[in-house]
Formats: sequence, structure tokens, C-alpha cells
Amino acid sequence: MPRLNSQLIRVLSEYGMVLMLLLLGLFFSLMTLTEQQPTGEVGGQQVASAILAQHSPEASIWVVTRDLPSDQAFAKTLTRSLEAAGYDRIHPVVGLPRNARAALVQWQDQGAKIDAIAGTEVTSSWLVFADLETSFPEVGSPRIHRPTPYRWPNFLKRDNLLNITNQIAVIAIIAIGMTTVIISGGIDLSVGSLIAFSAVLACLLIREVGGALDATAIGMTLACLGALWASAAIGGITGGLITFFGVPPFIVTLGMMLMASGAAYLLSGGESVYQVPDRFVWLGRGTTLGGFPNAVLLMILLYFLAHFMMGRTRWGRYLYAVGGNAEAARLSGVPVKRIQLSAYVLSGALAGLGGVIMASQLKSGAPTYGQMYELYVIAAVVVGGTSLSGGEGKILGTLIGAFIIAVIQNGMNLMNIEPYTQKVILGLVILLAVLLDKLKQRGLGRH
Amino acid sequence: MASPLLEMRGIDKRYPGVDALKQVDLTLEAGEVLALMGENGAGKSTLMKILGGAHRPDDGEIRIAGKTVNIASPQQARSLGIAMIYQEFNLVPGLSAAENVFLGQEILKHSVIQHVAQRERTTILLRELGMDFDPDTPCQRLTIAQQQSVEIARALCLEARILVLDEPSAVLTTREVERLFAIIKQCRKRGLGMIYIGHRLDEIFQVADRVMVLRDGAHAGCFAIDQCTREGLIECMVGRPLDQEFPKREPRPGAVRLKATGLSRGTVVQGVSLKARGGEILALAGLMGAGRTELARLLFGADRRDAGTIELDGQPLSLNSPAEAIASGIGLLTEDRKLQGLILQHSSRDNFGLPNLDQYLRKGMLSGQAEQASFETYVQAMRVKLTGPQQPAGHLSGGNQQKLVMAKWLARHCEVLIFDEPTRGIDVGAKYEIYQLMHTLADEGKVILMISSELPEVLGIADRILVMHEGRLTGEITHPAESSQQAIMELAVA
Repeated sequence: MPRLNSQLIRVLSEYGMVLMLLLLGLFFSLMTLTEQQPTGEVGGQQVASAILAQHSPEASIWVVTRDLPSDQAFAKTLTRSLEAAGYDRIHPVVGLPRNARAALVQWQDQGAKIDAIAGTEVTSSWLVFADLETSFPEVGSPRIHRPTPYRWPNFLKRDNLLNITNQIAVIAIIAIGMTTVIISGGIDLSVGSLIAFSAVLACLLIREVGGALDATAIGMTLACLGALWASAAIGGITGGLITFFGVPPFIVTLGMMLMASGAAYLLSGGESVYQVPDRFVWLGRGTTLGGFPNAVLLMILLYFLAHFMMGRTRWGRYLYAVGGNAEAARLSGVPVKRIQLSAYVLSGALAGLGGVIMASQLKSGAPTYGQMYELYVIAAVVVGGTSLSGGEGKILGTLIGAFIIAVIQNGMNLMNIEPYTQKVILGLVILLAVLLDKLKQRGLGRH
Repeated sequence: MASPLLEMRGIDKRYPGVDALKQVDLTLEAGEVLALMGENGAGKSTLMKILGGAHRPDDGEIRIAGKTVNIASPQQARSLGIAMIYQEFNLVPGLSAAENVFLGQEILKHSVIQHVAQRERTTILLRELGMDFDPDTPCQRLTIAQQQSVEIARALCLEARILVLDEPSAVLTTREVERLFAIIKQCRKRGLGMIYIGHRLDEIFQVADRVMVLRDGAHAGCFAIDQCTREGLIECMVGRPLDQEFPKREPRPGAVRLKATGLSRGTVVQGVSLKARGGEILALAGLMGAGRTELARLLFGADRRDAGTIELDGQPLSLNSPAEAIASGIGLLTEDRKLQGLILQHSSRDNFGLPNLDQYLRKGMLSGQAEQASFETYVQAMRVKLTGPQQPAGHLSGGNQQKLVMAKWLARHCEVLIFDEPTRGIDVGAKYEIYQLMHTLADEGKVILMISSELPEVLGIADRILVMHEGRLTGEITHPAESSQQAIMELAVA
């Protein structure tokens, strides 16, 4: 029995957070299970196969759609597959119910027959088609085809999942830096304010130096790099105060948090800086590969890099050693101060990057950005299994931690839970995660 | 016949894969000092943790004064009159001696602590123990020996009947040990039963009435102290006859390799100059606080020196950090393994690799294979017993921790190795292996510096002895074989 128990504890400790994420996903999937209508290409394909099965190629077929992108994708797919099968009497009807009525009047006058009417969920249920036999007896009694509805959770829809990753990108990217700081035995409370500072600075640089609305791509890149560099420099000052003067990290970063926030307000005059070109949103909202937002791609890239750095470089190993026992690490030849300093510089730089991404997502920089973000970031790191006492933790755990937080928020939004309740639940989940971690440690300690 | 104060019968404790204790019996009479001996990992600590309520036995019975008891928690052990005194004291540094003695059992009157009464009671208790210091002194300003007496006073105040002392002498100087023994005699007079865990045979013969030996979790022997010999005890612990305590070696000192001139740091190290030859084991002797560890830290770059130069093979070294020292081929095995030598919660392999990572780089990346291969080689060479590379260093026994530290420095191939109290808290068998290793390294022409407070060890191992007192070198003994403990002590207190 105790052996089984310790096995269970081992499995939970290795995969507990992944399991929790999956369970949360399952839970929200069940809770948001609703009737979905196939649209676009999928719907077109479905209706096409129904027609192929029930009508001969000589049949005259109407394809009724609205003038919307998804309806046009539906019509295009449907028409193409029917034509490929030799159907040549296909008649498109595009627009509103009155366009359909006009077409019917015209066909009735010509004495033409219709064998089938294919439409989307909306067009096929237009009233005009409901009483065909009484209003337009001359066109025959066409069969009406529409996509069959199916049940699928709103949570698992592609757009929603992409939305979650996009929402979490900023927090997850900053959490990389926070993980290194916490593993090295410190804490960084200034990241939330650095978001605002960096967002304001980047937008200001574009407005004042880069040419405002006419800024070039190079100009914008340089402005963003400038903001990033400034944030890294602030991280460097923080780290310097901590390592060379021995001031506790909590105090130093608390001071920096206030200063960076104040600086953001001073720089922007307390207002939002929005004089940036439309193309500025490329980083935050643009997509390149397979519809993935650029911010998400950047996040994935950074996690790969960080995972590699933590596990396969001397710097990573030193980071753990410094957090585990700084004196023992120093006496083993680890440059303790340099390692600690590097963690704060990284944290500052990534917070700056987070600010740039947020500015790009919202197409402006305001000093109100990033409030409370330091807490969400720390929560993601801790939920991901990194010990606040330093020396232990995994970077991929942090990514999972960030996703757990994002999934909970997103799921609760989908379930229409009000924001106040959401906060309470989120807090509970964080406590629960840390409690689980403690239980796990105790279990391992007794082995 | 009255039943003994404490009886433990047929105690069994199993961990996954290990039988930590097998049918162990222990009897302790009131007013008796029972020495509990055995190699590291023999089960001494496990047995005492069961007595102290930190672990539950899988089988067996414990009786106190004839009554069967169930010790489920440390609190319960305390209420049964069992007090444990560990090497690391459980004192609150900022509180006074009196406050520590009464911590958790304050003398209250209408919920208000009666400081005066506590102070008086503490003074009396301390005086009974032969100690005389102000009970208002914060514990952080007390000497180690004084702190220990506070711990014992605390136990007496709890009206403990059974006192477990876990290697109490390891942290004390020779004089303080004598005072500790006086305290133990006082406690014996008061009718306490005491279990004394220790590795130093001389002390066992001084203080104990009976000796019980554990080996591999089983009872290996129990002797009245006047009926056993040094050799007999060692044999009983190791399980085979041991020819000698120190391995024999023919020293062949070479040229001077390490040369330090005028090393100073504040008042702890003052103008120390020394020369060490390759192939030589040079011992630094002296009382605790004489500046030996501090000198070692200067030679390793761990502390900043105010003055002085250090040369290795004629090359001056700047030595501003341990990293520089390691790069120059100097290694330091610290006296405190748990706080300075190892990162206890990290795996044995990570600890092993820490100073050696540059050897495992392949195109700038760490190669897990290279690290594992090196780890296996040295762990086998040092015969470190562990369940696997991932076993946290903190889970190893003291001797194995020390061997792991040695393995990690061996892999570094240092030219100068400084051993600070390398055998403290280590059993006889492992000590012998450590001595052999030092010999091998010296024979390879390396410089070996050893700091030790155990004079027999200094005389038995070193080729030359330097003695320190209050931060200065006070003497040199060039032929340890013809010298004596008295000769060293005279220099150490000069």
C-alpha cells in the first residue's frame, strides 16, 4: 500500500500539472458543449455529398447563400464538387430573402423546375422556401438541403483555442524570466510595471522619432528594441542592487515596480500613446504560419530556447545551483553574482518584450497596462511547480502553469461566470496547486 | 528487581529496499551513560528517531519504566521525558538563554511571562551544570558549548528522564568537551539515563558506562566499558579485524609547489606564510577559532585577503574568487558539508557535476552522457553508496556525502586540495578510505593540506604539521612520528 502510494505521488509530481490542465480542458469542454452548425467549406462538403447521393447529374440545383465570406466559401466548395461530378444545372442565388423571391418569380414565369435547393443553416430556413408549394407551385417541389448540426464544445473550437494562446502569450513570455529569477532564489515584482513602461516607451519612440503614423518597419523595430533594451537595463539595475549591495529582492523590485509605473505615467503624460501605424499590430495580431498569431509563435520559440538553456548549458545548471545553495555553489566555482544578475536582466528584457507585444496587440501604449500582471506571472510560475524557495522548477512547467490560468479564465468567460467570481475561483486554484506541490514534497521527503 | 528506565525490544524498521533496523534491542538504566556506536548507516540515527517519535517502527515494543508506550510524535516523546540534543541546536538565536530554556513551557501568571522567575530558574539549572553566564544573553552571542548547556538545561527543565546526545562533542573544542563531560556526570547524578552517540573512541572510554554497537541495522554487541578494548570496539563496528587506524605510507616530498606569503585578513589571519611541497601532506592544527579554516578560505579565494601573495609552481595567483582558485587548480573540501559542500535537495549527479561542467561541454552544450560517464567512474572509485544518480545528496549518510564531495573534487584534477575536517562525523571504515585517498593523491605529487581537530589523526596522517593560534602560525612539527599530542597542544595555546 505505501509503495503504491509513493508511485502515485511520483506520477502526480511528474505529470500532475499536465493532468490538471487536461482535466480542466475536459471540464470546460463538457460545460460548453453546444449545437454547432457546420459552415464554410465543411458545410459545403457535407451538403454536396448529400446531393450526390440523392440527385442525378441532370437535376437543377439552386445554391442559396448570403454575401458573407463563410457563405461564399460554402457555395464555392459545394459548386466545385458538384461540377466535378458532372452536375451542370447549378444556379447560384446570392443575397437576401428578397433576391431569392425575385429569382423564384423569374423561374416560375419561365416555367423552369427546381429539383433541389442547397443552403446554409440560415438561408435554407428562409420563410420564402417554407411555402414553395403554395406560393410557387410551378417550380415543382424541390428538396431542401442544409448542413446537419452536430454537438461540439465552444471551448474546443479552433478560434477559441487560438484565442487562449494569444491571451496568454504576454504572461507566458514574461513568466520565462520570472522562472529563472525564482529558480535563482529571488523574485521580481517589477514586471507588471515594466510592461507599461516598455509599451509607452515603444509607442513614444515611434511617435516622436520613428515618424508617428508614417513610421517604417525598421523604425518600429528599432523603437521596440529600444524599449526592450531600456527594460533590460532596469533589470540590470535591479540585479545590481540585489547582488552587489545585498538588498532583498522583494524590496528592490517593489521599489522598481513603483518607479517603472511612475515613469510610464510621466513619459506618456498619463495618456494613451496611439499615434502608431496600422502595421504596428503585426507582432501582436498578425499571423504567419498556419494561422498562428506571431506573438504565439514567438512565445513557442522562446520556450524552446529557454528549455534548452536551462537543461543543456552551464548557465542553466548554475542557475539551479545558485538558488539551491548560493554558498555551496560559490565554493564550487559558480560565479553566483553574475548568474543572479543575468536572471534579473533576462526578466527585465522579457517584461519589456511583453510590453511591446501588448502595445502591438492594442495598437497603443498606455501607462495602465500590465497592472497585476506580476501576480499572474508569479502565479503561473508557482502553479507550474517552481519552488518559491529557489533551486527547483521546470520551464515547461511554467508554460503549463500559464495555460492552466488562461484556460480557467477563458472557460469561466465561456460559461458566463461574472468577473468577481472568476477572481475568487482563480485564487482558489492557485492555492490548490501550491498545496498539491507541498503534499508532493512531503510525500517525497518521507519516501 | 525494578524494570529498567528504557527498554526497546525487537525494533524493526524497513524502508523500500532496505532493512534499516532488524530486531534491535536496547536497554538503558537510570543514571547510566550508554554509548551507541556504529558506522554511518548502521541504524543509530534511525533507532534514535524512533525513540524521539520522528519515525514509527514497523515492529517492536518500547517500554519506559516498565510501561509499554506508543511514541507517535516528537511532542509525545517529550511528554514521556525523552529529550534529544542534536548537533544542530534547536535554539532561537535572538532569544535569551532563559527564554530558550522556557520556550513552549513558559512560567505564566495570568498569561504573563514571569521573566524574573525564569531567569532565576535558568541560573540555578546552569550552575548545576557547572556553567556560569548571564541567562539574559541572546543565544547567538553564546559559545557553542554554552548553547549546548542551554539545550541540556532545557531538557532538565522539561524533567526529561532520558537524554539522547547525538555527537555532542563534534562541534566542541577539547576544553569544551571536558566541560560537557562534567555536565554529563552531573546529569548522571540526577538519575538521568543518557544515550551518547559518538565516533571518537577516546571520549567513549571517558564518558560511557556501557557501549552498544550496531552494524548494518542489527545488534552487533554490547559491552561494559571496562571489559572492552579500542581494537575490540573497532572490530565489532567494522565486522572484521582492522590492522591499524591509519594506513602506512613512505612520504616522498618533492619541490615546493604552493607558497603563501604574509596572508592576512582582519584579526582572524595575521601574516601567515607557508610553503607546501608536492607529495606532502601538510596538516594545520590548532584550537577551534585559531584561524585554520579562515586561512584555507584565503588560499581558495573564498574570502578577500587584506594582504599577502599566493604562488603555485612559481606563478603568482590573484585568487579573487573560488572560481579563479578552481581554474588555477586549487580545491577546497569544506568542513561543513551540508551548508557549504553540497546542495542537499539536488541530485547526487548534479552536485558531482557542478565544478566540472566545463569538462562535459560538447560544442557549447552540456553532454548528459559525458557527465554520467564521469559520475559513474568517480562514484565507483570512491565507493559512494547511492540508489542512483538522481538520489538527492541530502538523503545520503554523512560518510557518503563526504565521499561524494571528494568524488566531485577528484574529477576536477586539482593540484592543491585542502581538506577541512575531512573525517568529522565519519565512521572508522570510511575514515580509513579517506586517508588512503589522501595518500594516493600525495603520491601523485599533489599538494595536500589537511585541517583537523583530532590530534591522533594529525599525528597519524601528516608529513608535517603547522600549528596556529589566534590567527598566527605558532610552530611547526617536522617529524610527526616522533612528536606527541602534548607538543601540538603546547603550540596551539602558546
